[in-house]
Amino acid sequence: MDSVIESLPKLWDGFTTTLFLAVVSGVLSLVVGTVLAAFRVSPLRSLRIIGATIVEIGRNTPLTLVFVFFVFILPTTGYILPLGRVPAVIALTVYTSAFVCEAVRSGINSVGVGQAEAARAIGLGTVQTLSLVVIPQALRTVVPPLINVLIALTKNTSVAAGFAVVELTATGRSLARDFPTDVLWMLGGVAFFYLVITIPAGTIAGAIERRVVFSR
Amino acid sequence: MNDASTTDEPIVDHEPTPRDQLGGPLVVLDGVNKYFGELHVLQDIDLTVHRGEVLVVIGPSGSGKSTLCRAINRLETISSGQISIDGVPLPEEGKALARLRSDVGMVFQSFNLFAHKTVLENVTLGPLKVRGMKSAAAKQEAMDLLDRVGVANQAQKMPAQLSGGQQQRVAIARALAMNPKVMLFDEPTSALDPEMINEVLDVMVGLAKEGMTMVVVTHEMGFARKAAHRVVFMDAGRIVEEAEPEVFFTAPTSDRAKDFLSKILTH
Ligand SMILES: Nc1ncnc2c1ncn2[C@@H]1O[C@H](COP(=O)(O)OP(=O)(O)O)[C@@H](O)[C@H]1O
Ligand SMILES: [Mg+2]
Repeated sequence: MDSVIESLPKLWDGFTTTLFLAVVSGVLSLVVGTVLAAFRVSPLRSLRIIGATIVEIGRNTPLTLVFVFFVFILPTTGYILPLGRVPAVIALTVYTSAFVCEAVRSGINSVGVGQAEAARAIGLGTVQTLSLVVIPQALRTVVPPLINVLIALTKNTSVAAGFAVVELTATGRSLARDFPTDVLWMLGGVAFFYLVITIPAGTIAGAIERRVVFSR
Repeated sequence: MNDASTTDEPIVDHEPTPRDQLGGPLVVLDGVNKYFGELHVLQDIDLTVHRGEVLVVIGPSGSGKSTLCRAINRLETISSGQISIDGVPLPEEGKALARLRSDVGMVFQSFNLFAHKTVLENVTLGPLKVRGMKSAAAKQEAMDLLDRVGVANQAQKMPAQLSGGQQQRVAIARALAMNPKVMLFDEPTSALDPEMINEVLDVMVGLAKEGMTMVVVTHEMGFARKAAHRVVFMDAGRIVEEAEPEVFFTAPTSDRAKDFLSKILTH
């Protein structure tokens, strides 16, 4: 128990790194995933194909493999990425965007085609139709699965521990080595810090969900 | 259909704009064909709608009326032929197409009001985002239109809180807010309870009298007789017959039109 308190500064550092990875990758994934979803429902066949390809690759590749690609393989092609947070954020974003895309797309598909047709009929372009009519309605169905995606992302940041990023899980592992008799306490401390991120995320999700609901 | 509610009305021998005072061609379909896969839904359609003309399209279910209507603002692409509006061929995609659509009002069978916006916002969205109007002016104009279709007192409600007839009148106001050159109506009263049909038809008759160019898919003979200059009868993707309303309803020439009319009259 004392060892946990003694280790708090290290755990805190690990926590802020995890939070950084989760928030930055989360925001980027929301943006990239929404763009991919727009690709996938675009009237242009070429965009649909590009979107579908990226999503299928992201969704069907183990996250560790995505990390290996961005941490080890991509730098050999000449794009030198520094080891550490940047390739981790890229890997997490590529992987998570695919899931964001699918959540957003199913939300878009849940909005009746008549809504988009009415929007186009008054002269709104594709982007306006999506941003003013379809997405605001899609949000309602999209928020719950999206929060699940972001909670999964928070947990997935632990994969970065295997790639020289000292986030929560890596911190926990090294602390467990330093205090072999208090391993359970250490892991408990690590778990606690993950919950500090995921539980509020779930609570906020519930609040947003209630806000975006409207009567049809 | 709900034709029984209007077919018994007295025949009004009044036409909005005398036929010989109609303007030049506004909507022109030239050799239009449309396939859905193997299905030949529109077959060699030649049709010209003149400025100020009210054209009623009638025909059995599946004859291609909706597809025809939707092709005119390119919600449905065509396989061959050409459609032009006010002398301009329909653009393929992008900004030019959006601009053209803003000049063509469309009213759907299922209303399609934006479910997340109030009645007022439904009407102002186009003027604000497509025409770039100022908010106050757009609101003022929208309120005038809502007043004209008789739902001004519902302006702050959500569409789901309105009756079908009210929703459809809002949809008409939404289309009118763009100052369209032509209005397309695809069975605007078919989804309505009988007691709400006339409140929508009255608005449409009013529009016709003001000289709006209209293409109306409907089986409402009362409306056709009151407001239409011409009736086009479609069957299996073709225009089989066209005539003035009185002539068409009292003395159809084709067997298919006779057969169709006998069916909707006995309902
Ligand atoms: N999106 C579509 N895909 C395939 N077939 C369609 C589609 N829309 C309509 N059709 C078919 O085209 C024909 C004409 O349909 P439609 O224009 O809706 O007829 P109407 O409005 O006269 O009832 C029908 O046989 C219908 O089943
Ligand atoms: Mg139809």
